[in-house]
Amino acid sequence: MDDRQVPPAYNEVGKHGVFPQANHDERARFNFLANMNGYLASQVLPGVATAFDARAKARFAEETGHEPQTRKEVRSCMEADGYYQAWSSIRRNTMEMRQQAGRSLVLRQINDINSRAQALNDGDEHLQLDASVEVPHYVSAVDIHCMPGCYYTELAPGDVSVGANYDCGLFVTTGGMLGRYNDGGGQALAAWLKEQYDAGFRPKRVLDIGCTVGHNIVPVAQAFPDTEIVAVDVGAPVLRYAHARAKSLGVNNITFRQANAEALDYEDGSFDLIITCMFLHETSSKALPKILGETHRLLAEGGKVLHVEQPQYGDDMPLFEQFMRDWDTFNNNEPFWGAMHDMDMYQQMEVAGFDRAKMASVGLAAVVDESIFPSAANDDTEDYGRKPAWHVYVAAK
Amino acid sequence: MSEAAMKLDIDPIAEAGKKAKGKRPQFFELEESERLMGILMAVVEELAVTRERLDTVERLLEASGGLDRKAIEDFHPDAEQARERGLMHQEYIARVMRILQQEREALEEAKQKGPEKTLEQVSEHLGNS
Repeated sequence: MDDRQVPPAYNEVGKHGVFPQANHDERARFNFLANMNGYLASQVLPGVATAFDARAKARFAEETGHEPQTRKEVRSCMEADGYYQAWSSIRRNTMEMRQQAGRSLVLRQINDINSRAQALNDGDEHLQLDASVEVPHYVSAVDIHCMPGCYYTELAPGDVSVGANYDCGLFVTTGGMLGRYNDGGGQALAAWLKEQYDAGFRPKRVLDIGCTVGHNIVPVAQAFPDTEIVAVDVGAPVLRYAHARAKSLGVNNITFRQANAEALDYEDGSFDLIITCMFLHETSSKALPKILGETHRLLAEGGKVLHVEQPQYGDDMPLFEQFMRDWDTFNNNEPFWGAMHDMDMYQQMEVAGFDRAKMASVGLAAVVDESIFPSAANDDTEDYGRKPAWHVYVAAK
Repeated sequence: MSEAAMKLDIDPIAEAGKKAKGKRPQFFELEESERLMGILMAVVEELAVTRERLDTVERLLEASGGLDRKAIEDFHPDAEQARERGLMHQEYIARVMRILQQEREALEEAKQKGPEKTLEQVSEHLGNS
């Protein structure tokens, strides 16, 4: 029993000024879901690979005369397998249960949360909303990761409920691996930037695109309080929540702005560092090149752009792994996930104007307080893309 | 930036379970299986919740000899207690998920040694030997 991984209790999750207050049973629900997801990843999922190798592949070959040769064929082969069906169905259910658990917790106290957000946001120029910004079709087509209302739905003017729901349940999907404020990604970015800083790259203006609740940029702002940061998103509720959240954590150097990153109104070369964190896969094949084009235009000479994602599929990735990594495309309302990971990101950045000789990729894992929270870097469970350990595309100008 | 937050009058029980936009995939051949799994998983979750609550009550009773609801709400396990509770979840999950765990064992066994005989086959064999 001593070497079993146990996620920390939900009590350890950090409470900022707009964080929903969970009662005993609400915390217990999140504790259960975190352990359930851990079980699915470590105990059930390996059997999916065994089912593929031991029977599904052979059944497919019997029916078609050949083994599955494309990702799509692996999918059709596995969708007929009972073990895969059970794993998928339960995994989908845990996502839906997490949403219901988060929403019931948030909505019973929504007027209090909205008032707290309003008190923090009122009259502050660091929150710039623009009602003329339209929600792009790739955000409105489906509710991303099965979050009812996605990132943009307002139940009333001034509402932040979708932001609060997103924030309070991140613990569940990652089993606490995103750390106290679900900010392990941001902490990893801050650690990366500190290294860069020591090596002489010292950005004065930073842009974060697709910031949602700001959890990936706040640690950067905390580590570099003299750096001016702009964080953009299309969703007003997440921006209101993000600003209130950041402010309550003592951060005053981020301007949260409602804008579509396909066309921003900043001048050429306005930023020294541009970051997207698990964002590009939530766009579309037409929007992504426009956004990359904007990053090139907005980046100053000598600047860097960072895209935190999962690795592209590529010919060197086994078909079964591609298929498993593609699960969210069809089953967790991430419809651009598969198409985005089929893209050659280096080529996309080259088309956007970047020099291939100045591109690289690095691995980043969530940085957390390891005395309490589990480290993704030390976790050897293969969960095909859920774990907060990322593939980062870096391009310099 | 100034805007008034409008007071919301909503039913959190009904609203919490709102369907996400996007057609729900069907994983099993039968819709009935989908429904059963959904209901079952929610029951599984709520039993876990009840057990965690009970665990809290027991720990508090043990410590104080009395029961105070506020004490339950405010209860915060220390690192060791949290670990014990996580292990409790894992044991419970292993019990509930037995059918899949055993299916995986059978898959691996069949991969090593070929498919197991059915009870019809064994019964016929024993009837004839």
